[in-house]
Amino acid sequence: MTGEFFAFFILAICAIGGAVFMIHFDRVMHMALSLAFTFFAIAGLFFLLDAEFVAVIQILIYAGAVSILMLFGIMLTKHQEKEQTFTRTKLHQWLSFLFALGFLAILMSVIYLAPFTLPAGDQSLYSVNKLAEQLFKSGYVLPFELTSLLLLVALIGSIILAKKEEKE
Amino acid sequence: MQITSYLALAAILFSIGLYGVLSKRNAVIVLFSIELMLNAVNINLVAFSKYGLNPSVTGHIFSLFTITVAAAEAAVGIAILLALYRLRGTSNVDEYDSLKDESDLQK
Repeated sequence: MTGEFFAFFILAICAIGGAVFMIHFDRVMHMALSLAFTFFAIAGLFFLLDAEFVAVIQILIYAGAVSILMLFGIMLTKHQEKEQTFTRTKLHQWLSFLFALGFLAILMSVIYLAPFTLPAGDQSLYSVNKLAEQLFKSGYVLPFELTSLLLLVALIGSIILAKKEEKE
Repeated sequence: MQITSYLALAAILFSIGLYGVLSKRNAVIVLFSIELMLNAVNINLVAFSKYGLNPSVTGHIFSLFTITVAAAEAAVGIAILLALYRLRGTSNVDEYDSLKDESDLQK
């Protein structure tokens, strides 16, 4: 039992636990908070995989920005304090549960059938310097700039969409 | 440490997100579950960049792009949700049925 395995085990329990509690809670606010906890645990897993930069970005964007955005979304809309399940049917819940379970079973069987026994990459491969070198010196510059354009369009688009329309 | 355990974790998180999308009623929670699914994919990308056939930082770059696009998607999604909420006065996904056939609605 190495330290890495132990850390992975704890973080995986945290991630899955947060997600399962999201399914299980019935207050909308609690759901959002437990999902934010899951995002923190995933950031820890990125640290474990030698992806420090991605981990920090994960904390900033997901655990910070997206969670706060979702909390604003919850608080700006009127919601039932307790989210009831569909009045329509229990059947819908069961069908979606079975669908998700079947999908998981297929994924798992494929993962455990595939022969992945490759050695881990050397730790010196993964520094922030290497990341920047790869990003800016080998053909990812154009996608990077396009991403900034996408963010600008999303910013303007969401402002226009969410703006109150003037009464005439 | 095997890559299989990371892939299994990502698969479990993806399925939980899928179940959330299919069964939750509040539109914000549905959006949040989509974020969870995207995040599971990010775990796969980063895991393959460490334990894959030729380890390099390319997987990290891909996951950075995914995170950016997911953030933009979340912002636009919330904006659409707010506009829709102003129009319909509800944030329950099963009440957004404007595209449904009228003859169906009257049943």
